[in-house]
Amino acid sequence: MEYFLQQALNGLQLGFVYALIALGYTMVYGIVRLINFAHGDVFMVGSFLAFYAIDRFHLPLTAVFGVAVGGCALLAVAIERVAYRPLRNAPKIAALITAIGVSLFLEYFTALHQVFGPNYYAFPRPFRVVTWEVGGIVFTNIQAIILAVTFACLLVLQFIVYRTRVGRGMRAVSYDKVTSGLMGVNVDAVISFTFGLGAALAGVGGVLYGIAYPQINTFMGIMPGLKAFTAAVLGGIGSIPGALLGALIMGQSETMAAAYLSSTYRDGIAFLLLIGVLLWKPTGILGKSSQEKV
Amino acid sequence: MGKAKSMLLTVDNINVYYGSVQALRNVSFHVSRGEIVSLVGANGAGKSTTLRALSGVLRPASGRILHEGAPIAGLPPHRIVRRGLSHVPEGRGVFANMSVLENLEMGGYARASGKETAEGIARVFELFPRLAERRDQNAGTLSGGEQQMLAIGRALVRRPGLLLLDEPSMGLSPLLVREIFRMIGEIHRAGTTILLVEQNACMALSVADRAYVLEAGEITLEGRASDLREDPKVRAAYLGDAVE
Repeated sequence: MEYFLQQALNGLQLGFVYALIALGYTMVYGIVRLINFAHGDVFMVGSFLAFYAIDRFHLPLTAVFGVAVGGCALLAVAIERVAYRPLRNAPKIAALITAIGVSLFLEYFTALHQVFGPNYYAFPRPFRVVTWEVGGIVFTNIQAIILAVTFACLLVLQFIVYRTRVGRGMRAVSYDKVTSGLMGVNVDAVISFTFGLGAALAGVGGVLYGIAYPQINTFMGIMPGLKAFTAAVLGGIGSIPGALLGALIMGQSETMAAAYLSSTYRDGIAFLLLIGVLLWKPTGILGKSSQEKV
Repeated sequence: MGKAKSMLLTVDNINVYYGSVQALRNVSFHVSRGEIVSLVGANGAGKSTTLRALSGVLRPASGRILHEGAPIAGLPPHRIVRRGLSHVPEGRGVFANMSVLENLEMGGYARASGKETAEGIARVFELFPRLAERRDQNAGTLSGGEQQMLAIGRALVRRPGLLLLDEPSMGLSPLLVREIFRMIGEIHRAGTTILLVEQNACMALSVADRAYVLEAGEITLEGRASDLREDPKVRAAYLGDAVE
């Protein structure tokens, strides 16, 4: 039982990091119907920015988050402007292929020696790790920080989407771009903002991931990116609560598969879930079937 | 000079294409402050295309559109809305994922202050008490007539100088059509200039001051609505004389 709870806690930690990435996938999909395959690589850039902020510039943790969040948001806004916006009215497959191209570009360009470099780098711990034991279950302050930071991000996101003008614009644009424009919404600005917001969350995820799993390289975004994408599909792509739920399920199933079956099954389980969802409920757990507008 | 000042909207020889298909050919017309002007014509004649070009959804390949003397052709829709042109699109376009109140708040999106939006919404609730009753209901659950009221109400929140209405009668029962047209008259009397696009030429010509007839992307007839109603060609083509 203690073992199970311990694993559940580990799964929660992983699930929350996935959630931070999955939210960006789902928001961008919700607003431009694009699977932004470069999103996992933006997350990687967040990790590297945090790495430099800590290792070279010895910034305090809040500033480290600031650098990663700001850097990722700017990067994503630039990607949208340069790569996706010109294809807004092109066939969907063109934008999708472009997204894969941007993803590969980020991975290989940053692997150059002049950029981040091709090796694995040890992510420095910006604080001393403290562990507590409660009833045989070991907690660390890393887990506490991941839970607290992710929770705070979710509250901020909820506030932005449901309580602000730009959030109302996001919901309107996700439903109907043309009518949103007629209401006075600057559709391009709202789309840029959405990319930036999703990337900011991925940036937070990148910092937390580096702290929790302290080995980074420029291809580190691929797997978490795919898992988070799967989580977003599992929860119902386009749905914000769905992305959170999908990510938590994903974190648990992966951790449990590794704990009770074999750690070699963890990725297999994740993608088995994806195949299962696509076969039996392609709209995901909380996703609505898309209605054709008259 | 006096004439130019009262001219709210001037459309001068616009040509609009969908890809390689020409949808509007040298369309010219004008709307003066305080008028109801109607564009009538068959399905596919280019009526909705004209409104889309006016509100910036489509960009004319050539020609000028002047709003209060300033060129607006090619501006993005959100900039045109902020000038006071409010377009109620065909098929209503209510946000079914939002409540009635949130839809009306979207109507105030182009406005800076929350107070003006709140006042605008209060006015709309006065005009359409049915919307007030359903303010927290999801807009997707409203009936067709209520959705049309919501779409018109939403466009009125920002107190437009010019209201563009696209097929407000579409898909509604005859009783509701009369109700909607009564509302249009009321909105006009309260001081809003209206450009009305309708397939229901009979209703459109009964409320309009002037009208233009669009056929295959060109304006073929224009005049006072009361004259057009008596025009034998219009009667035969759009008012169902042959059937009677």
